[in-house]
Formats: sequence, structure tokens, C-alpha cells
Amino acid sequence: MSDIVIQAENLGKKYVLAHQAASGGYVALRDELTRGARTLWRKTRNLARDGSSASGGTREEFWALKDVSFEIRRGEAVGIIGRNGAGKSTLLKVLSRITEPSAGRVTIRGRVASLLEVGTGFHPELTGRENVFLNGAVMGMTRAEIRRKFDEIVAFAEVEKFLDTPVKRYSSGMYVRLAFAVAAHLEPEILVVDEVLAVGDAAFQQKCLGKMGAVATAGRTVLFVSHNMAAIKRLCSRGILFTSGRLQMIGATADVVGCYLSEGANGAEQVAFERRPGAVAQYRSAGVADHTGTFAGHVADDREFTIRFEIEVSETVSDIYFGMILQNTEGINVLFADSRDTENSLPGRIPPGKYRMSLSIPPVLSPGRYDVVSLGIATTHPVLVLDFRETACSFEVVNHSNTQRTAARPGVLNLHLPWELSG
Amino acid sequence: MSIPGVPDPAAARSPAEFVLVLEPGRADKNYWLDLWRYRELFLILAWRDLAVRYKQTAIGVVWAILRPLLTMAVFTVIFSRVAKLPSDGDTPYALLVFAAMLPWSLFSMSLSEAANSLINSANLISKVYFPRLIVPAAAVVTAFADFLVSFAILAALMAYYRFVPGWNLLFLPAFIFLALLASLGPGLWITALNVKYRDFRYVIPFVVQFGLYVSPVGFSSSVIPQRWRLLYSVNPMVGVIDGFRWCILGGASRISWPGFTLSLLVVAFFLWLGISRFRKLEKSFADII
Repeated sequence: MSDIVIQAENLGKKYVLAHQAASGGYVALRDELTRGARTLWRKTRNLARDGSSASGGTREEFWALKDVSFEIRRGEAVGIIGRNGAGKSTLLKVLSRITEPSAGRVTIRGRVASLLEVGTGFHPELTGRENVFLNGAVMGMTRAEIRRKFDEIVAFAEVEKFLDTPVKRYSSGMYVRLAFAVAAHLEPEILVVDEVLAVGDAAFQQKCLGKMGAVATAGRTVLFVSHNMAAIKRLCSRGILFTSGRLQMIGATADVVGCYLSEGANGAEQVAFERRPGAVAQYRSAGVADHTGTFAGHVADDREFTIRFEIEVSETVSDIYFGMILQNTEGINVLFADSRDTENSLPGRIPPGKYRMSLSIPPVLSPGRYDVVSLGIATTHPVLVLDFRETACSFEVVNHSNTQRTAARPGVLNLHLPWELSG
Repeated sequence: MSIPGVPDPAAARSPAEFVLVLEPGRADKNYWLDLWRYRELFLILAWRDLAVRYKQTAIGVVWAILRPLLTMAVFTVIFSRVAKLPSDGDTPYALLVFAAMLPWSLFSMSLSEAANSLINSANLISKVYFPRLIVPAAAVVTAFADFLVSFAILAALMAYYRFVPGWNLLFLPAFIFLALLASLGPGLWITALNVKYRDFRYVIPFVVQFGLYVSPVGFSSSVIPQRWRLLYSVNPMVGVIDGFRWCILGGASRISWPGFTLSLLVVAFFLWLGISRFRKLEKSFADII
């Protein structure tokens, strides 16, 4: 019996991107037929002209994964990290058999349960009880298994009272708890988990992490994708770093996480956004500048810094406002900034043009990594969202001031407050 | 709770080493074994479709009763009274129509359920692995439940007309199975195409509406001139409907064997076509759905 449970050899997954105007994922047969006719015409014309039949299609191959090889042993907990679009989710999809690899091969020993989403297959009309059975079966549990663990699942989810209520009447918290409880009680030999811990409240997240840790120590193999470096460090003994579809590094978690973070510090300090044609006002870039005013991936924790944006306005707009959220690696919204917070900070009307905007952040953030997320532009009259970017740039606040402590300073806020003693 | 009873499947999934190799084109091996392994999911999905179907309807089962009864009444009046078409022997015309509507609605319902099934389960397909064939197959079960309701109506109608079925009735399950296979073939094909080309969903209402008139539902297939009978049987439902009438109404409704064989061949062809097309496209479902 081999100790290697997952062995990937030169694994690759190719997608073909068809560059057509307004192609919304799937195609209409009508379009395909007209395109076919057009291609045929072009081919025959080319053939008649110079005897060569060049392909007229505008298809482009895109390797979401390429030449990926690794081995994972029984009982290992492996964290998979990388930027969005680096191939992490594609790897999980291949491992959980949702999609077939286009090259290479993977050998898997043992039953795989994949948790790419909580509550897959949940049906809103069905009751909590019925959904536990449905979801369990979808995840690969047998009915006998679900029945055996049913009470445990319900207790874990804390929804005893609402078992016979359709889940469409559940609060979102209850829904997520129930869904996760089912997933947490899967007992496959290999558990594959995508970023699903971003849901639910912090206490429940901790509970889930604990449960997953228990799975890993029970001799099962866990593959865990997350942007939460703290969770990865806590849960995983090894890490795999992906960069644009290729495996960049594999090794001890701390090293791999370190590599990922430093890469972020050198890499994209300023993120440019794709231009949205037709948008009245939109973000074109976002970046973080340190106290000296230069764009940087990291800022000192005792200096003020700025988040800078480039805005493009194509028509005169009035009553416009901006907003953004600063999120830490645990997914907690640390700060929400809204341009309406300070009166008259922006002109009432903004004529077309390109603008630079900056937002000063006082030195209150404790060391760690932060993401600038949920960038929005909206108008108040009428209420209209003009632009929304889910993710923008990220940066690291580095420890610069705290010379007294060697261990990381706990807490989200980093305020150096005066202490007073009176007697 | 109304989860269908199944034998304990834990025994089937042995904890022994289960080695899986994933590589391009590999999914073809163990296809049917995999399907068997996932039979429990099939039952659960079928049960879900049924449960959901009757959960938010005010009169639930009554629809399954009203629809065939009203259609039967209209067809009887039009084809028997207005068009003056003959029945088979002295069989009451209403029974003649109803015996044909049973397989026809089973066919049309399961065809439409199967054809839309993959799209309706898009969220499952992109997030979990299971043999995709389960989804359309489970959808067909819903149609079968409606069929059972209609069958009870038929029993009531036969009692009303004091019509006693003969030994032929024993063969009915075979024809029910045939009707399901006849719908599964095209159903699989269309549902697979539907994933890529969404305009195939418009094909179904057309097939169902058109098929109702080119199948011998409102009339006996014996009104078709003898020389056209064989050609007529290219429609696979001709064989199925004739079979149903033969089972339920007995001797007066005859099966024309050359035609029936042809219908069988057409069913088999479509089933083969459906399954092979489905399996070919199946691999890309998760990527394009």
C-alpha cells in the first residue's frame, strides 16, 4: 500500500476561449451556423486565392494549469495558495473530477469529497432535515452514514428548532451553518476544500477550522485553498504556491506563505482595471503609496499612508460618491470609507476627464496583510451604481514601531495609547 | 420523512483501496460501474424532484388527474363525434383515447423533464462530480409518478365502462419501459445539446405538440391505410401506443408486427444516439454550463 495518495504528473487543463462579440458563455446554434457558413466561405476563398486553407476562427487556447506535478502523502494537510486566476480552483475541479484534465495524469488513492461551495444542491423549498439528506448524498455520503450522523450534524449547525422549516425561511447564517455542518461531517479519505470559510460568522469559522484540523489529524488528507494565510498556517503542514497556472513552489507552509507575500510586495503595487466601455464613471487603477508618496506593497505601521485611485469620468455627473472597504486576511472588514463621511470633500459636479483621488489612512492598522475590496462609485440622485470592483489591490502593514514586543501584536487596531497611573 | 427506501448501500462501497486515475479520455472506463455506484444519488435526486413538484402546488395531484381527463374528453368529442373515426371493435372511444394518452403523456412529460434537467441542475454540475446521466434519468421519474396517477384514473374509467382487461395486461410493464426508453433517447440528446446551445429548449414544446397529432392518440392506428402503416411506424410512439392498447383493451386492438419491430428499432437507435452523444458532450458540461 503506497503512502502517496495524490500524485499529479504534468497535469494540464486547457480552455479554448472563443473570441466572439458578446459571447455569454454558451452559444446559440443560430450563431454557430452563421459562423460556420462564414468560416467555410473564408476558407474556400483563401483556398482559391493562394491554395492554403488557413483557419478563420479566432480561438485562443488558455492553459489554466500547465505542467503541474506534485505528490501528497496520506494524512497531510496541504494549503494551496496563489492569486485569483492562478489555477487553484481549476486544480480542485480536476481533482474532484468535475472537469477532465487536458494533459498529464493524476492518480488518487481513496475516496475524494470536494467542498467547492457550501450547500451545493440545497433546495430552498425543502426543509432543513430533507436538505441534510440531499446535500449529504450530493457530497457522496450514503444514507446510512447520514442517518448515523444526523443528530451530530444538527447539533453542530445549531438549528434543531427549525429542522422542519423550508430552508428558504432560514436566515443566511442558519443556512450556512447547516450547509457547513453537513460538509464538516464528511469522512472521506481525501477532503478537498475551496475557499468556503469566508462565509459565516467568526465564531463559526473557528469551529469549522477546528473540525477540519481534527479531520487532518485523524489521518485523512486535506487539500485546502484559501486566501486566509493565518488559517493556512494553522491548518496545513505543507503549502503549494501557484502562479498563472504553474506550480511555483512547494514546501513547508511558512516558506511558501512567505514567498507568496513577498511576491505581492514586489509585484502589483498598483492595480490597473480593465476599462468598461460606456461606464459614466469608473476606476482605472488603485494602489497604495507609503508616507513618502511612492507606490509600495508595504507601508510602515506608524506612518500615515494613502490609497490612490485613478478615475475616469466620461459624462458630467453630479451627486457622486465613492466607497471602499479594507479587509484583513481573516475576511473581516476592518474599515469602510465613504466619501460622504466628510462634507464638501468632493465637488457637486464632476465634468468628464481623468482624475486622481487619494484617501489618507492614519497609522491605526496593526501589522498584517490587507485587501482593498468593494470599490464603488454611485450617485445619490438617482440612486445608481456607476462602477463596482470587487477586488483591487492589497498591501502589507509592516511592524516598524513595536520594538518592545517580539511576538506579533494582537488586535486589529494598532493604537499607541497613553497610560495614566494615579494613586 | 419520505425518502424512498433502498437497501443499505454501505456494503457496496468497500473501504478498500479505491484507486482513481484521471487523465484525458480516461473517464470512459468504468462508466457503467460508476453509474451503479451512484444509484443512491439517483434515488435522492428523483425524490427531490418529486417532493419539490408537489410542495408548492395548491391542488398538487389534482393537476395530474384533470389534465388527462380534459384532454380525453376533447379528443373523444372531436375524433369520435366530429370526425366520426371508428374505434377498435366495440371498445368505448373514451377508453381508446385514454389508453393511448397514458403512454403519450408519459413520453412527452419525461422528454421535457429530461431535456431541461441538466440546465436546471447547473449548480450541481459545476460543483460536484457524479455521472451526469443520473440527472436526466432522475427527471424521468417525476413523469412516471404522474403516469401512476393517470393509471389510477384509467382503472376508474374501465370500472365505469365495465370493461374487463384480459391476460394481455401482464405485458404492460414492458411497454411502460419501452415508453420511458423512447423518451430517454431523444431526451438525453437534447439535454446535452441544450447545455451548449440554449435554443434546443424550444425544440421540446414543438416535438410534443407536433407528436400528439402524428401519433395515434386521438384515433386508432387502424385508420391509417395499410400501405402507409409501415412508414407510420417510424414514429416510435406508434409501436408503444399500439402496445398499450393491446395490453389494456385486448384483442380488438392489434399490434402490426412489422410496424412494431420498426418502432422498436427506432427507439433503440435514438437511445444509442442519445447515450453516445450525451457521453461525448458530458466531459465538457462543467466547463460550459
